[in-house]
Amino acid sequence: MIGAWLAEMGGPLLSGPPSYLRSTETETEMNQHVAAELADPIRIQPAGPDDVVRLVDLKRRFGATAALDGVSLTVRKGEILGIIGRSGAGKSTLIRCLNGLERPDSGQVLIEGREISRLGERDLQPLRRRIGMVFQHFNLLSAKTVEDNVALPLKIEGLPRAERLARAAELLQLVGLSEKAKAYPASLSGGQKQRVGIARALAARPALLLSDEATSALDPETTRSILALLKDINARLGLTILLITHEMEVIRSIADRVAVIDAGRIVEEGAVWQVFANPKSEITRSLLGGIRPQLPPEIASRLLPGEGAETILRIDVAGEAARRPLLSELSARVPGPFRLVHGGIDHVQQQPVGTLFVAIPGSDALHLAAVIAFLKDRGARTEVLGHVAGSV
Amino acid sequence: MSPVLFELLLRSIWETVLMTGASGLISLVFGLPLGLALVATDRGGIAESLWANRILGAIINGFRSVPFIILLVALIPVTRLIVGTSIGTWAAIVPLSIAATPYYARIAEVSLREVDHGLIEAALAMGGNRWTIIREVLVPEALPGIVAGFTVTLVTLVGASAMAGAIGAGGLGDLAIRYGYQRFETSVMVAVVVVLIVLVCGIQWLGDRLVARLDHRG
Repeated sequence: MIGAWLAEMGGPLLSGPPSYLRSTETETEMNQHVAAELADPIRIQPAGPDDVVRLVDLKRRFGATAALDGVSLTVRKGEILGIIGRSGAGKSTLIRCLNGLERPDSGQVLIEGREISRLGERDLQPLRRRIGMVFQHFNLLSAKTVEDNVALPLKIEGLPRAERLARAAELLQLVGLSEKAKAYPASLSGGQKQRVGIARALAARPALLLSDEATSALDPETTRSILALLKDINARLGLTILLITHEMEVIRSIADRVAVIDAGRIVEEGAVWQVFANPKSEITRSLLGGIRPQLPPEIASRLLPGEGAETILRIDVAGEAARRPLLSELSARVPGPFRLVHGGIDHVQQQPVGTLFVAIPGSDALHLAAVIAFLKDRGARTEVLGHVAGSV
Repeated sequence: MSPVLFELLLRSIWETVLMTGASGLISLVFGLPLGLALVATDRGGIAESLWANRILGAIINGFRSVPFIILLVALIPVTRLIVGTSIGTWAAIVPLSIAATPYYARIAEVSLREVDHGLIEAALAMGGNRWTIIREVLVPEALPGIVAGFTVTLVTLVGASAMAGAIGAGGLGDLAIRYGYQRFETSVMVAVVVVLIVLVCGIQWLGDRLVARLDHRG
């Protein structure tokens, strides 16, 4: 920066920036980069040409708390990546780093291969036009009509009014709000406001759409329609979407991949159905709690570790294993009664993901071992939860 | 009321309208940018600069803490420099404007500060610069409050202009004191009070109408 300033000053004595300023700067940057690559195995991924976003060891502190504590993440072209976490996990800070609304203390933010975290405001402005953003509270301008709100990014870009309005009309058509073009946002419902917000975010034909809890202020039905709209835009325009949410339902409905963030770190990452089928971290399990079958509390409270009239098993199946006639094969191969207590099969990304709670009467250890061996052989994760005294 | 007094009344109305209107306009032209500067330079503002904010705030508070009647006299040299004389209606417009500008700056500041920070963030996320934010977000979103605040300023100026009689500026207040009070012309006093009530109600009514038309916040 000093070098650039000196260069700008020109003058006979300072015909260029001193060479030591330039070389040391780049060298330290390179060294930091190399050191970072070596320090963490997650980061040694080849940077694909299809990566729209690449975050490398992002750190950001607010006072004593680390909002981001070394986040590395990649968003591929055309995918919907969902980032989920509890409030205060660092989601908002993370998404705001992607368009420079927030600056990381260290680490890199690469958008379409370009490092942006150290760019000045002026250089960020054209880049932000390549990134659309949708907000939880819509953030529509109350003094502007719907079409003027949608056209605002184009006004900022410097397009003539006629062109702006034509594009706004196109986008309002896309989100199904053509008849509201001349209305003011205050007269719209929450769902309609968010549709306007989405249209506005798409106005400048962005390469990436950021969604900051876009459905958190909406009722379930409206949430579904907004998510369907985002999914549709992703499919039709091939637009890359990064969304943050605290609701697993959102991830389940539209995301291709999910990253779970907790205390500023990505604790789990993978295809949505795989994370649903086999959550590795405690926080993921807890976030999934609301939408995956759980052992009913009245049974859970009666579980004993030792022996009892019935043994309660938890069986998790997903993908291929869940497509087979698991239970009928079980009763054919390992004869003996069992009954289904609770559970179900869900379909996530067209993949079956099931959790079954089964009660097996009697305390025959051999029989139990045979059942478990069979289930494991069939690719089902099986866990003995405990025993209950009487029948449940 | 004699025709002479009636003519005096008409002239005083004109002088009051002139003083209020001219100084109101000047306070709008200078006060609004000052209000914007106060909001922009404050913590978390779009051009954060705390020392500039503090200096600006101190100057504004300084002017606001001087009673108008004292400001009127204290500013005589400045007035003479600007309009060439320290007596008359135009001479009163200088101290009135100087008193009203910081007053209006504070009122505009309050309205501008109420603009949801999310809207500024949205404009930034679209790639907007500071000027975009001022032109597309801050001023349009705060406009109902800016207009309502201007109405309040005008009404305050009607009152303040009564004191301008002290430097021979005329106006309704001056008329009421010299004729209504000192010469016991009760009819003049009553007429002045009625005219002032009508004037103030008229300004307020117009302001409210304008605010209602500008406000789309639902």
